[in-house]
Amino acid sequence: METAINAHQETHHDLHRDDHASKLGMWLFIFTEILLFGGLFVVYSVYRTKHHVAFHLAHEELSIAMGLINTIILLVSSATVAMSITAIQRGNKKHAMYFVAATILLALVFLINKYFEWGAKFEHGMYPGSDLMQMLSNGDMLFFSLYFFMTGLHGLHIVVGMTLLIITLVKIKKDLVRSDKYALLENSGLYWHLVDLIWIFLFPLFYLIH
Amino acid sequence: MSNDNSSHISGYKDHLFVLAILITFTVITVAITSVELNAFNTVAALLIATCKAAIVLLYFMHLKFDNKIYLLMTIFVIVILGAVIGVTLFDYLDQ
Repeated sequence: METAINAHQETHHDLHRDDHASKLGMWLFIFTEILLFGGLFVVYSVYRTKHHVAFHLAHEELSIAMGLINTIILLVSSATVAMSITAIQRGNKKHAMYFVAATILLALVFLINKYFEWGAKFEHGMYPGSDLMQMLSNGDMLFFSLYFFMTGLHGLHIVVGMTLLIITLVKIKKDLVRSDKYALLENSGLYWHLVDLIWIFLFPLFYLIH
Repeated sequence: MSNDNSSHISGYKDHLFVLAILITFTVITVAITSVELNAFNTVAALLIATCKAAIVLLYFMHLKFDNKIYLLMTIFVIVILGAVIGVTLFDYLDQ
């Protein structure tokens, strides 16, 4: 009886299923995210032109090696999530699960790196609202405030992306996401690529250019 | 049907190839910016970042193979963002 109800709910649910519309919705959301970070990039660029010397000196406090490692981690995780879609399209559930799990693991490593990176700054008394931050010159303070805000907001997106991928992983295991029904994996993948896309610009802007 | 996904399937190797290109670009950016080239540093770094973003959008996010409406909308959004950034910077660089 219960299986019958479940089966009924499943077909009933499928009647209202529209993969194209859900993907379109995800893209529209991604556009709002692009504009959100785009706005922040404008703020960064304007203050950078106004406080060029301070931004140049402050950026030397950041470790390029740390940023490079995290960039490569995100690029690899983007590839693994793309490969999980290939796997599910080919009906290979096991591979799809491995690739999604690998992506989640890489996201976790990214966050751990971020923890150490931020942690080192905090230890030196450098965090938003700290006494040291108050004493900094206007330009230095702007650089570090923007650094904490933009990488923090990006980190929040990593957490959201991870959550989405964990939900997807469970649904693949339960066969709720499968070769003929994988819109959730596709949309979580799109979101994950967005997180990578934002970092592609954050990395040179904060760590590299001078 | 509206739910058929029987579109283009990229192989594992295609994704690995794209990944290799993206990592190469990243290493090139770090190498270029480690040399003192003044304003050229910024231009080069942002140009390469834009190329990387385009590769992610076209291949990983499947814009190249998907329904062209997604590609058109993305270009539209990027043009708007570019206009906002351009106008703001021209204004500030003039001061």
